[in-house]
Amino acid sequence: MEKLKNIISLTIDGQRITVQSGTTILAAARKLDISIPVLCHHPKLTATGACRVCIVEVNGIPVTSCTTAAEEGMEVITASPYIENLRRDIIDLILSDHPYDCMVCERAGSCELQELAYKYQIRTPVFRGERRIYPKRDGNPFIERDMEKCILCGRCVKVCDEVQGVGAIDYAYKGFQTKICPPFERDLSCEFCGQCITVCPTGALVSKPSLGKGRQQDIRKVATICPYCGCGCNLTLHAHKNEVIRTSSPKDSINEGWLCVKGKFGLSFINSPDRLKTPLVRKNGVLVEASWEEAFTYTADRLKQIRDTRGPDAIGGLSSARCTNEENYLFQKFLRAAVGTNNVDHCARY
Amino acid sequence: MAGLATVFGSGAMTNSLAEIENNDALFVIGSNTKENHPIVALRMIKAVRKGAKLIIADPRRVPLVRFAHLWLQQRPGTDVALLNGMMHVILNDGLTDSAFIAERTEGFDENFRKNIGECTPESAEKITGVPKEKIVEAARIYARAERAGIYYTMGITQHSHGTDNVLSIANLALMTGNLGKESSGVNPLRGQNNVQGATDMGCLPNLFPGYQRVTVPAVRRKFEELWGVKLPEHEGLMANGMLDAALEGKLKALYIMGENPVLSDPDMSHTKKALSSLDFLVVQDIFMTETAALAHVVLPATSFAEKVGTFTNTERRVQRVRRVVDAPGLAMKDSHIIMELSGRMGYSMPYHHTEEVFQEIGKAWPAMAGISYSRLDEEGGLQWPCPTADHPGTPFLFKNGFPRGKAAFSMVQYTPSIEQPDAEYPFTLTTGRMLFQYHGGSMTRRVAPIEQVAGEPYIEINPEDARDLAVTNGTVVTVASRQGSLTVKAQVSARPGRGVVFIPFHFREAAANVLTSSKGLDPICRIPSLKVTAVRIEKT
Repeated sequence: MEKLKNIISLTIDGQRITVQSGTTILAAARKLDISIPVLCHHPKLTATGACRVCIVEVNGIPVTSCTTAAEEGMEVITASPYIENLRRDIIDLILSDHPYDCMVCERAGSCELQELAYKYQIRTPVFRGERRIYPKRDGNPFIERDMEKCILCGRCVKVCDEVQGVGAIDYAYKGFQTKICPPFERDLSCEFCGQCITVCPTGALVSKPSLGKGRQQDIRKVATICPYCGCGCNLTLHAHKNEVIRTSSPKDSINEGWLCVKGKFGLSFINSPDRLKTPLVRKNGVLVEASWEEAFTYTADRLKQIRDTRGPDAIGGLSSARCTNEENYLFQKFLRAAVGTNNVDHCARY
Repeated sequence: MAGLATVFGSGAMTNSLAEIENNDALFVIGSNTKENHPIVALRMIKAVRKGAKLIIADPRRVPLVRFAHLWLQQRPGTDVALLNGMMHVILNDGLTDSAFIAERTEGFDENFRKNIGECTPESAEKITGVPKEKIVEAARIYARAERAGIYYTMGITQHSHGTDNVLSIANLALMTGNLGKESSGVNPLRGQNNVQGATDMGCLPNLFPGYQRVTVPAVRRKFEELWGVKLPEHEGLMANGMLDAALEGKLKALYIMGENPVLSDPDMSHTKKALSSLDFLVVQDIFMTETAALAHVVLPATSFAEKVGTFTNTERRVQRVRRVVDAPGLAMKDSHIIMELSGRMGYSMPYHHTEEVFQEIGKAWPAMAGISYSRLDEEGGLQWPCPTADHPGTPFLFKNGFPRGKAAFSMVQYTPSIEQPDAEYPFTLTTGRMLFQYHGGSMTRRVAPIEQVAGEPYIEINPEDARDLAVTNGTVVTVASRQGSLTVKAQVSARPGRGVVFIPFHFREAAANVLTSSKGLDPICRIPSLKVTAVRIEKT
């Protein structure tokens, strides 16, 4: 009985639904698969109610569905002409203070504001007024901040505090000049995890190392696993031609879509010019380039010679905690079955 | 690893990462989680925000301390005394889980209790430097929790008594019944993407894939049948044993795949000397490392983004690695290199696709038999044990018992680390990683933005010690140990306690492992004591 008390029922667009008390209208609508547009709402962050895009009509009154709890008997309309008009005006207002440079924006094609402008077919804003112009500050090599594109939704502030536990950024200044930035506009405590980039709905925060490296539609995305620590974070590598230019992570992964500085920004070593590109064999004390045939023949001959003269236990192998399971399996099999020794280990066995 | 395997019968994280947020107490010891396992730390922060109590034991004020209810700043190398002190309180207060002890463990006898009885919080305070009130409080928080998890890394294992440290941790969990349940367990966090996998795959001198002993005739017969060849009967040499054997002239050739021991092993001059005394050194890597520079043959290999396969993460989860780009130049897949060499050595390994290797692993080790590439593609990762194709995988271990039957308590007494400070070397150096860099740096140091913010080595010195040494931020100091010396800039920081200094080991220009010792290995698993080295500091 106790449980039943916490259950309420309401109607959304004529459909009845029962939910736990405390559930927001937005969450209830999503259960019914009714889509309500949002900009500041993020499923992994607490509600803000800043952007007003998610307004719905309750008894003729517009309310923000992301912050309003569902109530018993409530009748909600998510897309009446009245609401759609209001919503269009809200998006229009946001765009009135947003640079019109989608043509060169990194987020073009993956921008939530651009999507809404498209949905509501907003070409030239009705509202004209002052625009915020900020001097560019180039304080760090990871996060490109273009605060003129910021819609002050606050997702970045929340993810930094609620998820990352850092609080490196917050709202600063007042009124029209309100801006999100680190204290004194200097990155004092930032861990450069890039979580803020992940949640930013617009092109206000983008990955600096990826700038100008490829448009969204030219990018191949491949799901794989991070090569750094043992967390095993799921990565989506974004490749343009033969270069990995950016990293993201699926929201429903074991790492919940969050990454650290190494996973997010630390993968350009793949395309480093320092990569070894050819086998090397030491001749007269110097390592010189060789063909695979030469390297294989030389290596196999020397190993055979040592095995035959000194026995298999004169040979050992150190494997790698960086390599795959399959490679490690083959490596120990090589030492045991092909060479004939159990001299095989790896540095991180402890 | 050896420690946990002794106690339970297998050595791995007992719980899953997702379970962390439902802990009601977390005891993090010897792990700088926020910097070294940043995503695990996010789960811990989540747990704290949901009301869990977080206890951290670390000689340094690591960043996660900001979220902790209690921080115990033990002197480096004194963990056993701290843990025994906590167990003393638990025993005295009657906070043990007697039903669990009776049903699922052995060795909780008179001698064990007597040993713990002698380790009072007062005596622990003397050894560890942690006030006894904090030891008492930590013990009570941990023991009274419903779902308590212990998390540790190299701060526990890289000691001349690393195995003892692990055994103590296991004792603490067993005594309070914090095992075999969701969100309760003993969790070593793995430091590299596939440490768990490399260990599972039997890249160990005493174990075949799946922790099966090479000295057991029946096991050997099984692998001889699977591989169609006669196999060696005796155990091989461990990594540091191989280096010693090279110096003695017994080991003549070494094949190193994707490791850089010159930078990552203790006592660099010893490592270099050992590698240089080999008749033949083959190094397979993606970069010209300090180790590759000593090789007779260098084989260009592929990075994770250029091949397919699987990694096993710290929670035993097997996940797919997929190819994104083509390897540069003539660089070849590691598996192809091994297969080619093997064929030329007279043992053919005819695999057509990486998945065939994976299928063979399932034949060699039943715990992975139920995993296939298609299941991984569909389900996104599976945690071993997963013995059959319809098995969902195992989020937490030991629900229905321990592999060895009953888990064993071990009697552990505090032994001081081999390297002790003295008048000549008055400071205790501890080494580790920082957030931005990774290991020997062959990957991260080639990432320009990372180098821009964290491209310089440093030594953390406590402000009071800095004052005594007349050192300020940026002062160049010479750090000398009994093994070697280096010069590095000082970073005056309240992170380490008095008398303790810290150097990250990523930087070849001030390689911390010039200072560390390759002697004083743990008697059981032979891990070097990288966390405790006596050093002297002088202004240059």
